[in-house]
Amino acid sequence: MNTPEHLPDTGLLRFMTCGSVDDGKSTLIGRLLYDTKAILVDTLSAIEKTSRKRGMEAVDLSLLTDGLQAEREQGITIDVAYRYFSTGTRKYIIADAPGHEQYTRNMVTAASTANLAIILIDARRGVLTQTRRHSYLAHLVNIPHIVVAVNKMDLIDHDPARFDAIVAEYKGFVEKMGLFGEGRDIRFIPMSALNGDNIVERSEAMDWYQGPTLLELLERVPAGHGRTEAFRFPVQFVCRPQDSANPELHDYRGFQGRIESGTVRAGDLLTALPNGRESRVKAVQIGGVAVAEGVPEQSVTILLEDEIDISRGDMLVKAAEAPRQQKEIEAMLCWLSETPLSPARTYLIRHTTRTTKAKLTGVAFKVDVNSQAHVDATQLGMNDIARVGFKLAQPVFADAYAENRATGAFIVIDESNNNTVGAGMLL
Amino acid sequence: MTTKTLSHLDWLEAEAIHIMREVAGQCERPVLLFSGGKDSICMLRIAEKAFRPGKFPFPLLHIDTGHNYREVVEFRDRRAAELGERLIVRSVEDSMRRGTVVLKTPDESRNKHQAVTLLEAIAEFEFDCCIGGARRDEEKARAKERVMSFRDEFGQWDPKNQRPELWSLYNARVHRGENIRAFPISNWTEMDVWQYIEREKLELPSIYFAHQRPVVMRGGAIMPVNVTLAGGEVLNQPRAGEAVLDMQVRFRTVGDIPCTAPVPSDADSVEKIVLETASTTITERGATRLDDQTSEASMEQRKKEGYF
Repeated sequence: MNTPEHLPDTGLLRFMTCGSVDDGKSTLIGRLLYDTKAILVDTLSAIEKTSRKRGMEAVDLSLLTDGLQAEREQGITIDVAYRYFSTGTRKYIIADAPGHEQYTRNMVTAASTANLAIILIDARRGVLTQTRRHSYLAHLVNIPHIVVAVNKMDLIDHDPARFDAIVAEYKGFVEKMGLFGEGRDIRFIPMSALNGDNIVERSEAMDWYQGPTLLELLERVPAGHGRTEAFRFPVQFVCRPQDSANPELHDYRGFQGRIESGTVRAGDLLTALPNGRESRVKAVQIGGVAVAEGVPEQSVTILLEDEIDISRGDMLVKAAEAPRQQKEIEAMLCWLSETPLSPARTYLIRHTTRTTKAKLTGVAFKVDVNSQAHVDATQLGMNDIARVGFKLAQPVFADAYAENRATGAFIVIDESNNNTVGAGMLL
Repeated sequence: MTTKTLSHLDWLEAEAIHIMREVAGQCERPVLLFSGGKDSICMLRIAEKAFRPGKFPFPLLHIDTGHNYREVVEFRDRRAAELGERLIVRSVEDSMRRGTVVLKTPDESRNKHQAVTLLEAIAEFEFDCCIGGARRDEEKARAKERVMSFRDEFGQWDPKNQRPELWSLYNARVHRGENIRAFPISNWTEMDVWQYIEREKLELPSIYFAHQRPVVMRGGAIMPVNVTLAGGEVLNQPRAGEAVLDMQVRFRTVGDIPCTAPVPSDADSVEKIVLETASTTITERGATRLDDQTSEASMEQRKKEGYF
């Protein structure tokens, strides 16, 4: 950790790591945290103690990411863990998800907020079934930046020919499967997490590699999610102080929410959905104080010139770039619950700040996450991914997930226990 | 393509505001936990940014162990009054009188017993969501906690059966009697908190800054002694054979007196604390929370029983 004051702040980057302990994933995370001094002495001494207790000679950095009692007892990772480190110019949030097949739902969860994915490959083993699965899921959840980390280079004598072969094999597979369409940023780094080669420090053993180290790459990647400029403002809450003692606040009506994409300034003409009424922006505020411009991912309050009936679940947009209004949706759905998806039941769908009843209209196909083959299906169980249709009681204001993650994503809720049972991405 | 990127503090603040507004939008009777500690002081500023010029759409609640530092209790009351927001205080000592909290020994830390009093307050006011200032970087079990964490009728957390949480689509739906614990600053670290306090020029209780205090060394930690409570009672008398030292210390975290240790420090301003935090080698809880050191799983165990 460095002192931040004299360095530029380049924002916050969320990324995920895909791989298993065997690929050295925990060692990689441990290395990043250790080399950026995010692990403090008492944490290190606690895991040293545990490593010794388990009869291990070296410090097991994977213990850093095993949070829960059950995980420690079984020596496995069950759930997504979040880790933090900072370089002084940028703050990082790592979502660490277990890589096993039965934990597809955890991978999708971790991927949903990630702007970059590190896909680990064991240099001795090359592209495996799990590499395909992780790549498909990173593609499905539309993570904009992919880093393929070819790890354990020390075990193949830092052989550049082997590295090139793995890169070619990976590129071939991605092209064949049609993953990561145009404009997606894929980088390859040869590394040894164990020795710290090309993680934070440049590798002397691999002087043939001229590209950035992992941390250099993380520092350069654009932090923002946005691919679209279309203004999207789902209304979360309406502020009406109705303060009789303060006449200025008597008519105050602030629409509060987060700008999911695009920008907004005083004077902009906005359209309220669903009612379609238009009004100009009187002010953009944070905590009652005006700001010149509201930018993506910023939580603001918008005041309009005219009195329009707007409530939670509505959306403010710009007329020339309006989203789709749909009561029938087609989506890729990841099922998260042990109780199978039932075509007979009515579910709730949460899309931005809007909640509506929904019924399944059909399952087009299920995806085999290992081969990416389409399989016929009528039922979905936990960890299944399928193309489905839903009929909605109320319309949603949506974009294709590929265009806008915030207005293209939804969750499915089971009303009987209020559990989140599905994660959907609109086509 | 938009080029403007929020600074990391702006991003964290925007996320926290978004989470608070989701609570306000989804829940009927939420409450914000406010202890007078640094994390909850940040939470109040976030609530101001989320809801002003309106009032907060929730009252403030403090579960008072009765063993809190006088400076913190005074600060708590003053800050709530300045904001013009309603503060509810429920006391572990009332639970002791009711017989719902039974201490093993009179000088036992009351920290874990706050869970009982909190559950009683939840039942009394029918709160369906408690907003708290816990952070994932504090402790291992917290690293896997959801932003909106479901608790059953007994206030229990089931770490193996948490609701999946994707994108920023938070699910705060509950049935009657159940509740949600919402953590808007989940993604903040201790450093982020101090940087935010510095940037927003937030006022803090004086014990966060370096000051002289009588202490003893007990079990490897610095233990404050002869602490005078708001009611005049003097807590933590030195034990026989313990040498009382006058030491310059500050608190990194503020909680129940018998289980919260200060650290040696000469940082008497927020700027100096930011610098000290950047160069520290010990985690916040490792240095200061004696109750987390009993076993590797002690935080997880307390959370399962309804603790924050």
